[in-house]
Amino acid sequence: MNKSAETIMTDKPVIDQHLQGEHEHKDPVGAKMGMWLFLMTELLLFGGMFLIYGTYRYMNPEAFHSAAQELNTIIGTFNTIILLTSSLTVALSITALQKGNRTLSVLLLAITIAFAFWFLINKYFEWSHEIHNGIYPGSSELTNRTNGEILFFGLYYVMTGVHGIHVIIGIVILSFMLAFIVKNKVTPENYIRLEISGLYWHLVDIIWIFLFPLFYLLR
Amino acid sequence: MANHVIAENYVDFYKEKGKHTGLGAWLLTTDHKRIGIMYLVAIVTFFLVGATLGFLMRLEMLSRGRTIMDPQTYNSLFTLHGLIMIFLFIIPGIPGVFGNFFLPIMLGAKDVAFPRLNLLSWYLYISGGLFAVVSVFLKGGPIDTGWTFYVPYSIRTGTDVSWMILAAFILGLSSIITGLNFITTIHRLRAPGMGWFKMPLFAWALYATAWIQLIATPVVGITLALVAVERLIGIGLFDPSLGGDPILYQHLFWIYAHPAVYIMILPAMGVVSEIIPTFAHRTIFGYKAIAISSLAIAFVGYFVWGHHMFSSGMSDTARWIFSLTTFLVALPSGVKVFNWVATLYKGSIELGTPLLFCMAFIFLFSIGGLTGLVLGALATDIHLTDTYFVVAHFHFVVFGGGGFIFFGALHYWFPKMFGKTYNEKVSKAALGTMVIGFMLLYFTMFILGYEGMPRRYYDYLPQFATLHIVATVGSWILVGGILVMIGNLLVALKKGKKASMNPWGGRTLEWTVPSPPPVENFEEIPVITHGPYDYEYNINGDSDKMEENYH
Ligand code: HEM
Repeated sequence: MNKSAETIMTDKPVIDQHLQGEHEHKDPVGAKMGMWLFLMTELLLFGGMFLIYGTYRYMNPEAFHSAAQELNTIIGTFNTIILLTSSLTVALSITALQKGNRTLSVLLLAITIAFAFWFLINKYFEWSHEIHNGIYPGSSELTNRTNGEILFFGLYYVMTGVHGIHVIIGIVILSFMLAFIVKNKVTPENYIRLEISGLYWHLVDIIWIFLFPLFYLLR
Repeated sequence: MANHVIAENYVDFYKEKGKHTGLGAWLLTTDHKRIGIMYLVAIVTFFLVGATLGFLMRLEMLSRGRTIMDPQTYNSLFTLHGLIMIFLFIIPGIPGVFGNFFLPIMLGAKDVAFPRLNLLSWYLYISGGLFAVVSVFLKGGPIDTGWTFYVPYSIRTGTDVSWMILAAFILGLSSIITGLNFITTIHRLRAPGMGWFKMPLFAWALYATAWIQLIATPVVGITLALVAVERLIGIGLFDPSLGGDPILYQHLFWIYAHPAVYIMILPAMGVVSEIIPTFAHRTIFGYKAIAISSLAIAFVGYFVWGHHMFSSGMSDTARWIFSLTTFLVALPSGVKVFNWVATLYKGSIELGTPLLFCMAFIFLFSIGGLTGLVLGALATDIHLTDTYFVVAHFHFVVFGGGGFIFFGALHYWFPKMFGKTYNEKVSKAALGTMVIGFMLLYFTMFILGYEGMPRRYYDYLPQFATLHIVATVGSWILVGGILVMIGNLLVALKKGKKASMNPWGGRTLEWTVPSPPPVENFEEIPVITHGPYDYEYNINGDSDKMEENYH
C-alpha cells in the first residue's frame, strides 16, 4: 500500500465543506463575486455602445452638439436625482434588514420601486414629446436632417432604451426581494440575495450617471 | 496493479435516486455531471448537423457549375455550417461538457458554485440552438450572410437574420453564465490545500477561457443586437446611407470574435496538458509556464482583432501594430508546444488513443498556427485574404486544434464518465482515417487558396478542378472516420467492459473517485498536499487507498 497518497482523506472537519452541499449552498462571498462578474459584463455591454457613441461623436462633433440642444435637460436632471435617491433607499433597505428591522426594510424597498416607476414615467413623457415632434428612427423629419443628427438620435433611443429595459428588470428583481422579505425567505440572518440585488440596482444607476452627461449636458 | 481496481458497492450518479425520476431526473437536475452529459448529447448532435452541411458543400464542389445545389443554397449552407460549428459546437464544446463534468471533481468540490445557474445555462444553450434551427424554416429563408453577419449586407438581405442574431445573443448569455460560474467555482471551491499552483492545468485553462467569455461576449452581444435593431427600425448606426460606419461594425465584431478563437483553443490546450503527463507517466514540464501562458494568450488575444481587417480599410499604423501583436500571440502558444514536447522527452510513453489525439492536435495545430503567421504578415495577407488559404487555416486551427481535442478529451475521460472501456484498435484506426481525410481535404485548400480560389463560391475555374476533387474525396474519408469513431463509442456504451477507477494511471483528482463517480463526487472533501502531476512522489497511484472508502 502506498503511504504517500496524493490526496489524503482526513476525518478532520474540512474547511468550507458546508459550502458545497448541493441545494442549501450558502456562500455569500461567492454569490457577491458572481454578481460583480455579471455587473462587469453589463458594463461591457454598455461599453460597446459607449464606444460607438465616442466614435460617432468624434466623426460628427457639430451635429452631436446641436442635436443635444433638443433634449429636455430638466427631465434628465430630475431623473438623475430620482435614480440617485433610489440607490440610497435600496442601500438603506439592506442596512435596515441587517439591523433586524423588516418593516422598515420593506418600506424602503417599496420606495425604491416607486422611484423606479417614476423614472420610467418621466422617460415615457420625454420620449413621447420627442416622437410628437417627429423625431424617431425612420421618421421623415429625422431622415431630412444630417447624418450626424440621425446617429445622435439613433444612439439616444437605443442607449436610453436598453437602460430602460434594465430599469424594468430591476423593478422585477426588487419586487421579488420585497416578496421574499415579506415571506421570510430573505431574513436578517440571510440577506445576501437582497444585497446582490442592491448591487444590480446601483449598476443601473451608475450607467445612467454616464448616459446623462453624454446626452443631456455635453452641448 | 493498484490502478486497475473497479469500485463496487457504491451508487453512481446515473443510478442515484433523486427528487425526480425518468426524464425529469435529467431535465431538472442541478448535478454538474448530468448537465455535462446533456451538453455532450446536444453538442455532438449539432456537430453532426454541421458536419453534414460541410459534407454537402464539398459534394457541390465535386464538379464545376451546379452539382447538387444552387448558389443561394450554398450561401446558406456555409453560413449555417459556420454558425453551428462556431456557436453551437466549438465554443461551448469543451467547457460545457468536460468543464462541467470535471472541473468540480478536479478541484475536489461537490458541484460548481451556482448549480442552478448551470442548468439555466444549458437551457439557454438549447433554446439558442432551437432558435437557430427555427430561423431556417421561417419565411425569409435561411440566412446567407456568412457567420460574421457583416453589415451592410446583413441589414439589406431578405433572409431571417434577426432570428439568428437572437439565437447568437442567447448563446452568448449562456456562455457568459458558464464563465461566471467557473470563475467563482475556481475561486471559492478549491479543496483545502489546493493553492493556485496546485490546480490542474485544465482548470487553469478553463479559468483563462472563462475570463475571455466574460469580457468579450457582451460586446459582440450588443453589436449583433444593434444589427437586429437596425433591421427592425433603421437607427442608422451601421447603415452607411444614414451615416453609420460598417468598418466600426467589423471592429466591434472582431473585438469579440478574435478572443473567441481563444475560447475555442485554450480549453483544448488544457486538455492536452492533462493527457500528455498521464501518458508519458511524467510530471508536466514547465507547469507554471503553461499556466501563465494561458493567461498571456487570453490577454494578448485582445489586441489582435484588427488582423481580420487588413484589407478592409485601416491606417497603416494600425495595420502594422496589429500585425506585430499577432506575431506576439504565437509566443505563448509556442511555449506550450515546447513544454508538451519536453514532457514527452524521456517519459515512458504509452501510446493510448488520447495521446494519439494529442499528437494529431500538435501536428495539425502547428500547421494552422504557422500558416496563421503567413496571414498575419501584411504583404502575404493581401494576396491570400478571402481565399481558400484562410478556410484551410482556420479549419486547421479550430477543427484540427479544438475539434480534435474535443474528441480526444472524450476518449480520455470516456471511462470515467460512463464507466465503460472502448475498443482502442478501432478508435486508433478511426483517428488515423480522420487525419488522412483531414489532410486531403484542407491541405489542398492551402494550395487552392494560394493559386487564387476565393472562399464562399459555389463554382470554380477549370484549373482548380483536380484539387477540388481531391478535397471532396478527403471530406468523404474524414466523415467516414468521424462516423466510425462515434460508432465505436456508442458500441462501447452498450457492450464495453467495465472501466476501472484509473485506467490510464492519471494523477488528478478525478481518477481517485469511482467510474462513474457518485453523486457527491467525494465521500469526503480531499485535502491536497502537493501538485497535480507528482509522479515522483507517488509512483503507484493511490486508487487502492481511495477504494477503501467505498467498501
Ligand atoms: C466534417 C467536417 C467539415 C467539413 C467537411 C467542412 C467543410 C467546410 C466547407 C466546404 C466550407 C466552405 C468553404 C467556402 O466555400 O468558403 C467551410 C466553412 C467553414 N467551416 Fe467547415 N468543415 C468541417 C468542419 C468544421 C468545424 C469542426 C468547424 C469549426 C469548429 C468549421 C468551421 C467553419 C467556418 C467558421 C467556416 C466559414 C463559414 C463562412 O464562410 O461564413 N468547419 N467548412
